[in-house]
Amino acid sequence: MALLKDRQVVTDTWTHVGDDAEVPSDAPVIVTIARWRELRDSLEGRNAPIGVRLSTGDGPDAVLDDLDRLDLIAIPFDHFKDGRGYSSARLLRERHGFKGELRAVGNVLRDQIAFMERCGFDSFEYEGGTEASRALSAFHDVSVVYQTAADRRASAATLRNHPSRAFSNGTSG
Amino acid sequence: MYLYDEIDQSLVDERVVQFRDQVSRRMSGELSEDEFKPLRLMNGVYLQLHAYMLRVAIPYGTLSSEQMRKLAWIAKKYDRGYGHFTTRQNLQYNWPKLEDLPDILAELASVQMHALQTSGNCIRNVTADQYAGVAEDEVADPRVYAEIIRQWSTLHPEFSFLPRKFKIAVTGAQNDRAAVKVHDIGLIVKRNLAGELGFEVIVGGGLGRTPFVGPTICEFLPEQHLLSYLEAVLRVYNMLGRRDNMYKARIKIQVHETGAAEFTRLVEAEWGQIRDSAVDLPAGEKERIASHFVPPRYEISADAEDVLARLKREDAGFARWVDTNVFAHKAEGHAIANISLKPIGGVPGDATSEQMEAVAALADRFSFSEIRVTHEQNLVLPHVRKDNLYALWQTLKSYDLDTPNLGRVSDMIACPGMDYCSLANARSIPVAQAISERFADLDRQHDIGELKLKISGCINACGHHHAGHIGILGVDRKGEEYYQITLGGSGAEDASIGEIVGPAFAYDAVVDAVETLVDKYLAIRADGERFLDTYRRVGKDPFKEALYGAA
Amino acid sequence: MTQQVISANRLSDGLVVYLASDDSWSEWISRGEIATDEAAADGLLARAKLAEENRIVLDPYLVQVAEDDGEFRPTKYREFIRATGPSVRPDLSKQNFVREAKG
Repeated sequence: MALLKDRQVVTDTWTHVGDDAEVPSDAPVIVTIARWRELRDSLEGRNAPIGVRLSTGDGPDAVLDDLDRLDLIAIPFDHFKDGRGYSSARLLRERHGFKGELRAVGNVLRDQIAFMERCGFDSFEYEGGTEASRALSAFHDVSVVYQTAADRRASAATLRNHPSRAFSNGTSG
Repeated sequence: MYLYDEIDQSLVDERVVQFRDQVSRRMSGELSEDEFKPLRLMNGVYLQLHAYMLRVAIPYGTLSSEQMRKLAWIAKKYDRGYGHFTTRQNLQYNWPKLEDLPDILAELASVQMHALQTSGNCIRNVTADQYAGVAEDEVADPRVYAEIIRQWSTLHPEFSFLPRKFKIAVTGAQNDRAAVKVHDIGLIVKRNLAGELGFEVIVGGGLGRTPFVGPTICEFLPEQHLLSYLEAVLRVYNMLGRRDNMYKARIKIQVHETGAAEFTRLVEAEWGQIRDSAVDLPAGEKERIASHFVPPRYEISADAEDVLARLKREDAGFARWVDTNVFAHKAEGHAIANISLKPIGGVPGDATSEQMEAVAALADRFSFSEIRVTHEQNLVLPHVRKDNLYALWQTLKSYDLDTPNLGRVSDMIACPGMDYCSLANARSIPVAQAISERFADLDRQHDIGELKLKISGCINACGHHHAGHIGILGVDRKGEEYYQITLGGSGAEDASIGEIVGPAFAYDAVVDAVETLVDKYLAIRADGERFLDTYRRVGKDPFKEALYGAA
Repeated sequence: MTQQVISANRLSDGLVVYLASDDSWSEWISRGEIATDEAAADGLLARAKLAEENRIVLDPYLVQVAEDDGEFRPTKYREFIRATGPSVRPDLSKQNFVREAKG
C-alpha cells in the first residue's frame, strides 16, 4: 500500500488502530467507527489528531455529530464496484463542510482516484497494480469535466459561458 | 445536431489516450483482467461469445452522414463488414480485436463519436424519440435535454460505480416513441399551464428479470432544474440501492421495494438541498446547446405534394412503401422516411458497410446529412422533401433497404441472442427470420396491420419482449431451445408488461404458434383494432385456447 | 467416458480458441487436445490457467465433446455455436465441419 496525498506519494503519518489494540495518546490514529463510539468522550482530550474509519455502507450520518472533532475520515471501498463512498465523500465535503482529511481506503485502484478526488477525497491508500508514483498520472488523464463537484473545478458549462473565469487547479477542500 | 467544441473534443481524445494506456498496461500484465474489465466496460468493450464486442454510442440516435461513413469504414477495416443497431440506438461491432480498439476509438473520436459508458454500472446512452425535431406532435425537441444529460452524465465522478446500469430516455411528444416508461428514468417534455417547459419524471421502469412500468414521481419539473433533480435521484439510488444481489440492483427494485411515495420523498428531500446550487446549468448553456438543434433550412417546393401523389399512383410498390414507412413531418412539403433494417428473412438491425455508406449518401442528398437510429433497430432520414421520396426509395431498393414493413409483424425487434451473446439461453435471430419468412406476403402483413413482435434470447430482455404486443423469450429447457410467448405488452405511452400465455414452445413450433395467434386475432378483431387492441379487449383466454386447446 | 477440451477467448483478439497438445491455442476445435478422464481434464485446465496468467487467453474452461461421424463436436449447442460461429452467418463459419445449424 502506498499513500497518495495532494497528488504525491507521501509517508503516512497516520496509523490504523485495531479494535482490540490500545489507542496511543500522542500519535495520529484512525479508529473504527465502532471504537470511536465506544471511546469518543475519552478520546476528546487528545493532543494528537484523531480519525475515524467508517464501516462499509455507513453514510455521512454516522459521523455528522462529530465533524468538528475529527481530523480525518476514512471511507472504505471494499470492492471497487461499490460506489457509495463517492456520495458519502461529496456530502461530507460539500453539504456538511468537513474540513479535515478525507481518505479513501480499501480497494482503491488507479483509475478511480481522479473520480475520488473530484468527490472530495484528498488522500488514498492506494493498492492498484500500477506503481504508485506512476499512478499519480491518473489525475491528469482527462483535463475537462462536465459536472460541478466537491473539487470546485470549473465545469465545461461554466467555462463556455463565463470564459473569463479561471480554471481551478483541481485540489479539493 | 450537436457539434463538439474543443472541450468536448478534448474529453474524447484524452479518453482514447487513456484507454490506449489501459490496453497496454493490460497486455504487459500491469493490470489484471479483474482490474481491466471495469475499465474496458466503461469504454463499451465486452467479451462476448465469439470475440470482443464494441458498442459505439449514438447519442439519442442522431448521426451525421460523415459519422455513418466512419462507422461503415470501421466495419470494413476492423470488423467483418457489418454492424448491428441496437434497442438503445447504439451500434455494435462483433469482431474487433483488443489490440485494434484504441485505434478504432481514435477513428471514432475524429468524427466526434465514442463508446463511453455504453456498458458498466454507470449512466448509459440517453435515448430519445427518433422523430425528435421533426414530429408534428412534439412539444419541444427532446434531444436538447438528452445532450444536456449526456454531458452531465459523462465521467460523472460520483455516479460511475452505481449498483447497476442506468438508462434514461426522453420523449418530446405524448406519443411515446422512446419507451420512456420502461426506463430507469423516463422524461416526458411538457408545458405547464403558463406555457413553461418542464418534464414529467418517471423513475423505476424497466424490463429484464422483473419488468415494471415506472411510476411518475414528479408531474412537472421546471426545465431549469433538470440536472439537480436527476442528481438527487441518482444519489438516492447510489447510496441506498441494493448491492447485495446483482439481479435485484436496478433502481426499479429500489422504487418497488421502498414504495413510490417514500422513494419520491427521499428524492425530494435530497433535491431540496441542491436545487438552487451549481448542479443546474448556468444561464446560457441550455441556449448554447439548443442552438445546435434548430431545424435546417427547408426548401418548400410548391408541387411536392402533387408530385408525390402522382408517383404513388404510378408505382404501387412505391405507394405501399410511402403508406407504411413514411411519417408526417412538421415542415410543409416534407416527410420522415423510415428505412427498414428488417428485410424478409434478414437479421434484424444488421447493416453492411455498403448499406451504411448508401444511407450516408442518401442522407447527404435528401436529408441535410442527418440520420436517426430507432430503438426498434431501424434507421430514419428525418428531413426528406416529399418530391424526393421516390428517388430515395429507388436507391433504397438497390440496397435491400426498402422493405415496406414499419410496425408490421416482420418489423421485429430481436436481440442478438445465442448466436452472439454469452448471456443468452436460446437463439433469437433465426426465430425472427423464420417468422419474417412465414409472413413474407406484404399484403397479408398490411392486412394484419400494426403488430410489434419482440424477441429476447434471455431474461435480460434486450429484445424488449415484455413490451411486445407479442413477446417471445428464449429459454433453455434441458439443453433445448424453447420459447415462451407473452401477449399484450407495449412500450408506448400506454405502456404495459406482456402476460405469459402458457407453456413454452420448442424451436420447431414457435413460428406456428405465432401464426396461430395472428390468425386468431384476424378472426375476432373488431373494426380498426390492432392486435394489441383486440388482446386488451378480449384478454388472454381466446389466444390461450387457440394455442393449447380448450382447458 | 467424458471427453473434454479446453475452450477460451484469446486476449489479443477475443477469438474463441482451443488448447492443443503442444500448448498452442487454435481456433479449430479439431485441434483441441481431448481429455478422457478427470485427471487429464485437470491437467488441461492447469495448463490453460498458466496461459491465462501469461496473458494469452481469458477464462479457460472445459467443454464436453463427443464423436459424431468421425469428428469431435461439442455436446452443448451453445458450445457448438462458439466453435463454428453465429448460426445465422454460415459465411463467417470457421470450422472443418460446416453442418447445417440446428433448425
